[in-house]
Amino acid sequence: MKMEDDAPVIYGLEFQARALTAQTAETDAIRFLVGTQSLKFDNQIHIIDFDDENNIINKNVLLHQAGEIWHIGASPADKAVLTTCYNKTSDSRVVSCAAVWRMPSDWETGSHESPDDTAHNPQILELLCHLDDSAHGNAACVLWEPMGDGKRVISLADNHALLWDLQESSTQATVSSTATLEGKGQLKFTSGKWSPHHNCSQLATANDTAIRGWDLRTMSQIYCIENAHGQLVHDCKVKFWDVRNVQEPVKTLEEHSHWVWSVRYNHSHDQLVLTASSDSRLILSNMVSISSEPVRTLSGRRGAQAKEPLKDSVVSTYEEHEDSVYAAEWSSADPWLFASLSYDGRLVINRVPRALKYRILL
Amino acid sequence: MAILLTDCGPGRRRRVHGMLKLYYGLNEEGKAAEEPESLDPCDINGPHFDPELYLNKLRRECSLAELMDQETCMVKQIRSLDSDMQTLVYENYNKFISATDTIRKMKNDFKKMEDEMDCLSANMAAITEFSASISGTLQDQHTQITKLSGVHTLLRKLQFLFELPARLNKCLELQAYAQAVSSHRRARCVLQQYSHLPSFKGIQDDCHAIMDKLAQELRQKFRDGGSSAKDLSECVELLLQLDEPAEELCDKFLSHARSRLESDLQGLEAEIRPYPSASAVKDASARRLSSTTGAGSLTNNSPKTNTLPSPTSNTDILEFIDRGCNEFVSSLCLVITSYQELFINHAQTGELASKNIPQMANAKLHVFVDDLAARYFSLVERRIQEEKGVGDNSLLVRALDRFHRRLQAVAKLLPGSTVPNKGTEIVIRAATERVKQYLSALQSFYMDSLTDVRQALATPRLSVAGASVAGGGSLLGGPASGRDAPTSLPELLSSLSASILNQIKSVLASVHLFTAKDITFSNKPYFKGEFCSQGVRESLVVSFIKFVCQSSRQFCESAGDKGGSTPPALLLLLSRLCLDYETSTISYILTLTDEQFLVQHHSPVTPVTTLCAEAREAAQKLLNHYVKVQGLIISQMLRKSVETRDWVNTIEPRNVRAVMKRVVEDTTSIDVQVGLLYEEGVRKAHSSDSSKRTFSVYSSSRQQARYAASYTPSAPMDTNLLSNIHKLFSERIDIFSSVEFNKVSVMTGIIKISLKTFLECVRLRTFGRYGLQQIQVDCHYLQMYLWRFVSDENLVHFLLDEIVGSSAHRCLDPAPMEQSVIEVICERG
Repeated sequence: MKMEDDAPVIYGLEFQARALTAQTAETDAIRFLVGTQSLKFDNQIHIIDFDDENNIINKNVLLHQAGEIWHIGASPADKAVLTTCYNKTSDSRVVSCAAVWRMPSDWETGSHESPDDTAHNPQILELLCHLDDSAHGNAACVLWEPMGDGKRVISLADNHALLWDLQESSTQATVSSTATLEGKGQLKFTSGKWSPHHNCSQLATANDTAIRGWDLRTMSQIYCIENAHGQLVHDCKVKFWDVRNVQEPVKTLEEHSHWVWSVRYNHSHDQLVLTASSDSRLILSNMVSISSEPVRTLSGRRGAQAKEPLKDSVVSTYEEHEDSVYAAEWSSADPWLFASLSYDGRLVINRVPRALKYRILL
Repeated sequence: MAILLTDCGPGRRRRVHGMLKLYYGLNEEGKAAEEPESLDPCDINGPHFDPELYLNKLRRECSLAELMDQETCMVKQIRSLDSDMQTLVYENYNKFISATDTIRKMKNDFKKMEDEMDCLSANMAAITEFSASISGTLQDQHTQITKLSGVHTLLRKLQFLFELPARLNKCLELQAYAQAVSSHRRARCVLQQYSHLPSFKGIQDDCHAIMDKLAQELRQKFRDGGSSAKDLSECVELLLQLDEPAEELCDKFLSHARSRLESDLQGLEAEIRPYPSASAVKDASARRLSSTTGAGSLTNNSPKTNTLPSPTSNTDILEFIDRGCNEFVSSLCLVITSYQELFINHAQTGELASKNIPQMANAKLHVFVDDLAARYFSLVERRIQEEKGVGDNSLLVRALDRFHRRLQAVAKLLPGSTVPNKGTEIVIRAATERVKQYLSALQSFYMDSLTDVRQALATPRLSVAGASVAGGGSLLGGPASGRDAPTSLPELLSSLSASILNQIKSVLASVHLFTAKDITFSNKPYFKGEFCSQGVRESLVVSFIKFVCQSSRQFCESAGDKGGSTPPALLLLLSRLCLDYETSTISYILTLTDEQFLVQHHSPVTPVTTLCAEAREAAQKLLNHYVKVQGLIISQMLRKSVETRDWVNTIEPRNVRAVMKRVVEDTTSIDVQVGLLYEEGVRKAHSSDSSKRTFSVYSSSRQQARYAASYTPSAPMDTNLLSNIHKLFSERIDIFSSVEFNKVSVMTGIIKISLKTFLECVRLRTFGRYGLQQIQVDCHYLQMYLWRFVSDENLVHFLLDEIVGSSAHRCLDPAPMEQSVIEVICERG
């Protein structure tokens, strides 16, 4: 069996970029969305299609004229719907906003008819609704309910977590409940993640060096890990926590030589963990010891005796980036494929090494 | 005889004697051997000699001269033979005469004797006749007398028997037990035999009753035990003779002995009651408490003694062991001796031996001794456990020595006993326990020293200044006043290092007592081998070194998570300490140990290289952590300064921001601090005018705007192309990477971390025109001062370029400040 792995595929954007997501509702095509950051030009959303068989990338560009994109999220139910958090500058003030958008229905056909045209005459995103509440300050990120019906999102704005209900095909958004971070000083949510467990009733957020868990039914705090990391939640470590016992991390990875910005579990095989760091590296780790997959008994399968149980290890370090990598995402269509985005606008698509893939599958 | 012609010389003489022997019938050996040669008719001495033949032969073979010679010789021989013959005849004649006389005389004597013999036999016959008649007459009387004497003895015996009860009673009264027992023994069989006769039965019953009483009294006496050992042994002997079961006696004897020994043990136990006075350690008393509750079930009186106040509780271990030896061990030896005397040596000869009594008794003795010794040992061990103060080891060693020495007596008395071995085990345990205590003492000493160092580091500069002014102001020179570390780090390091080394040396000296030549147990194989290698070298010295490394590593871990509770200066100091350990101290300590303890490495021991590697690793980790902590402190300042400012609406820069000055100040003081402990290290040659360098990237970003205009008119080109090209050709920078053991490397690490943080923070903000210009000014200022600290100034250039480049990107109105203005501002300070 040939175990040679395909070379990574690299795509360069003209702008700097921080926002990356897989198109969650799309399960057939391998598709990623990238939002750019430019203060001078119209910002764009690049729709990156990866042709697995021919190893080539097709791109489509949509204009996002509202401002530079800091965060992007794709609806889990509707392929065409997405959210962005963006900075808008007006009257020499910078404001962070969040909005729900719809892609024009013909973006795909348009690109095929005249591929050269798209660069010059890109189509424009259609605004569905703003997720702004002037009372609640600057939006840091918007989170879709995992595996939901595309009707519920949470936005984190300064020290508030807002749970929105989207109605009328996402053209109306109303805040259904809020949670507020209270304490000394200027507390601000910096990042968050909606837990797919417990019937999607939990949210984890980060502010300064603390990590908090919230129960979305009561919008109350359920746990808090103070001083989880060094500055903000940035240091060189990746820590895995068991939310039932937050005294000590279950596991700590110290492979990066600078801050880790993004950590992603594989959707199907959660022992595969991607970490993106400002040391310009992307690391794929195989965290068998904390995997939810049951430990396979030795007598289970043919030839299984010969296999040694896998240990927690770094599978691969990807060095294709030359600037800080702020985002990494698994594809929603192919569980063995992932993309990473560095600040200089370089998107790299990589695969899990075949040897490991077969080892996990067989 | 006439023909006896022989050769001259001794041969002839021998021949003569041979003939005489022949005559007297004395056979000569070797005669047969002569036989064959005598067959020759020409042999002049042979029996078959033929003169004719001989003559003819001579005449035929010899010349005239020879014949003449032969003839003379022959004549000579014949003449000498003749004279010999004459002498012989004279000699024999005399002998013959005297022999004839003797025989004649004998004949006469015998005749006389014969007559006398006849007379004697006649007399004898008469005597026999008389005797027979006498005995015939006396026969009757003789039988009568025999009979009478038989009756007499019987009557005497009977009298003895009848008097026996009275006699026994009398003996009982007089306490002449031995006599009573021997009397009774004599009568016992008879009484037993004739017990079917009523009168004898009566006597027997009386005797039994009396003997029972006697036995009772003996037992009583035995039980009272107040009597001397001699009495006691007599008692036992008598009881044994009275068919008292030996086993029971053994038990009684032992239980009696036990009660005495137990009182000794209780006396000992009373000395190790917990004393409430000063030095009682809490956990020790807790352990003691649990041990007494455990013992409470064994001995009922322990709660009672528990309540008793013990006035002599504070005795030292030597006194305690002395008391144990003098009271318990010597009593035990006495008991063993007398017991062996009574039941084993004594019984070996008598009829008791057949009953396997020695074996039984011996087994009982062993159990007894083992049991009591076990209790004694447990007391000793408890007492030893109380020896927690590690100040003076000699007392303990002497106590253990005495303890061990005295047990040898038991070993001699009771060969095959496990007691001495157990005693040795206790000594070994005590020694290993001691080693453990020394290890923990060393460890706590080390931790205390660190606390002292920490305090010295944390003491506010003023008070230290005051103190050192009082001590002598010369310590605080000009440059020292600007230091971050209040006390001189090298001094702290050397005093810490020296005090640890001294402590190790004194501990080694203390432990060395265990192997001193005059100590009895020092020649045990354990103390010769394992104690030195496993005990002292591994468990003490190596463990301590490992502990030092390990605790250092813990400083890194705990501080990393909780945001740095360890002062950075301590990290730096420890890192240098570990490095010194790696380079010299470890091998010095181990050589010292090996020399002192003459370790023969039978068992595998940790090699010096492993320890050195560990120390180096610890040093590396500490230094890395130091870099991280210092980097984070500076990063924090930079991050806060970037995060908290509104960069869009800021005023035109007039000054370098205070935070940058603070950063440079802190970096300088870190540089001084590191320089105190670490060497300079190498740096790449830098240009003579490094501080005056302008920012190529910023100017290049202006260039890049031109690029964008000329080359890609249609597509908006927002990426910093030159910066990317630069990155393409420069090596990747690992920010939090391992540093080398020198100042430049450390400083490079810290500055890298700080500037990278600055960069990442800048990228999260949006800048107005003046915001960008402020960053330009700040970066130029940093450039002016930071390049001198790092190994490769290009690194600082690169990171600052990135910062300015990134802020230009994040700028709404990128109008850079003129380089000359920046320089003016920076030089103004």
